[in-house]
Amino acid sequence: MDTQLALWEVFIQKKSGGDHTHCGSVHASDSAMALQNARDIYTRRNEGSSIWVIPSQFVTASKAEEADMLFDPADDKIYRHPTFYVMPEGAKQI
Amino acid sequence: MNTTLAFNSFQEKLDKDFNIEPKDVMPDDYRKHLIRQISQHAHSEVIGMQPEGNWISRAPSLRAKQILLAKIQDEGGHGLYLYSACETLGISRDELIEQLHEGKAKYSNIFNYPSLSWADIGAIGWLVDGAAIVNQVSLQRTSFGPYARAMVRICKEESFHQRQGYEIMATMMSGTKVQREMAQDAMNRWWWPSLMMFGPHDSDSPHSGKAFEWKIKLKSNDELRQKFIDKTVQQAEVIGLTIPDDQLKWNEDKQGYDHGEINWDEFKRVINGNGPCNKQRLDHHKKYHADGAWVREAAAAYAETNSKF
Ligand SMILES: [Fe+2]
Ligand SMILES: [Fe+2]
Repeated sequence: MDTQLALWEVFIQKKSGGDHTHCGSVHASDSAMALQNARDIYTRRNEGSSIWVIPSQFVTASKAEEADMLFDPADDKIYRHPTFYVMPEGAKQI
Repeated sequence: MNTTLAFNSFQEKLDKDFNIEPKDVMPDDYRKHLIRQISQHAHSEVIGMQPEGNWISRAPSLRAKQILLAKIQDEGGHGLYLYSACETLGISRDELIEQLHEGKAKYSNIFNYPSLSWADIGAIGWLVDGAAIVNQVSLQRTSFGPYARAMVRICKEESFHQRQGYEIMATMMSGTKVQREMAQDAMNRWWWPSLMMFGPHDSDSPHSGKAFEWKIKLKSNDELRQKFIDKTVQQAEVIGLTIPDDQLKWNEDKQGYDHGEINWDEFKRVINGNGPCNKQRLDHHKKYHADGAWVREAAAAYAETNSKF
């Protein structure tokens, strides 16, 4: 077994109200240590206002080779975008 | 899965300047090349903390001490960003450290030189970090996503490193005669090893061919070295330091400096383990890694008994 403790994924929110964005990973024995390490490694210059840490083993990722199958169907549903619709001449603020 | 197809998509991604990500199919040699390069880079950040750490307790003021501590902490962080990036390629942190300890993985040669005076802390920040920046700026667009992202993060932090070093040199150059001599002495000792950081000349650089094809490397060793020289010469002049190269002269045609011959025999001697500090650096790393084992074991045991996650 690896003696370097478990791997955790780190997500940082830059400003409150924003998304938590993945920024890397840390090694830690538990969630408190993971948070502390993430703070020390990824936020030394006010890069964050909030941190999430998640054990890497619990992340399920889509497979690169399935990307076509997963995301293709979105391509032929252009009626999901507002630009698909024809607006009557002269209508305002729509 | 059809591997020909997968490789086509690897090539296709490269051609379109898309990043290759950890879960993508990639040629074995691409993976190997990256593990070698990223781990060497990570080890350099960590081993590089030693020559600077040597001066924390002897920093000339509280201000200087705070700055040096923050700088060294950054370097530790850089090492960790890079180990994380490397681990996404399917190698464990244990294996990476083992390779370092067994001498299978290298670290930058420059850290096998000693830091003899306070001026060396100036020279390291200004020249060594300065050279590293030139290389790392170009690596921000390297093809492997996690490596490129680590580089972006690192580059944001590096310019403080270079400026604090240059400030030390400038301060010493405006000091007493002894201080000016100290600064020049540091310059004399760190200049050539800094140029060697970019690696052998393009004409005999064994790993470059594929690295260019795979867009891991975007600029050649000589191109990067030239860039570093061209911007550093002026900075030396401003504070009155002499570059220890009597053949250095401006070349109007190429709009850059020509420089004297680099001592590649010394480079080879040091890289093969016979530099002034090779043994000391590795012994130090091994000792503190072993000394910290009980902390990791205790933390793991604690987590076991209190595991919520
Ligand atoms: Fe660094
Ligand atoms: Fe640095």
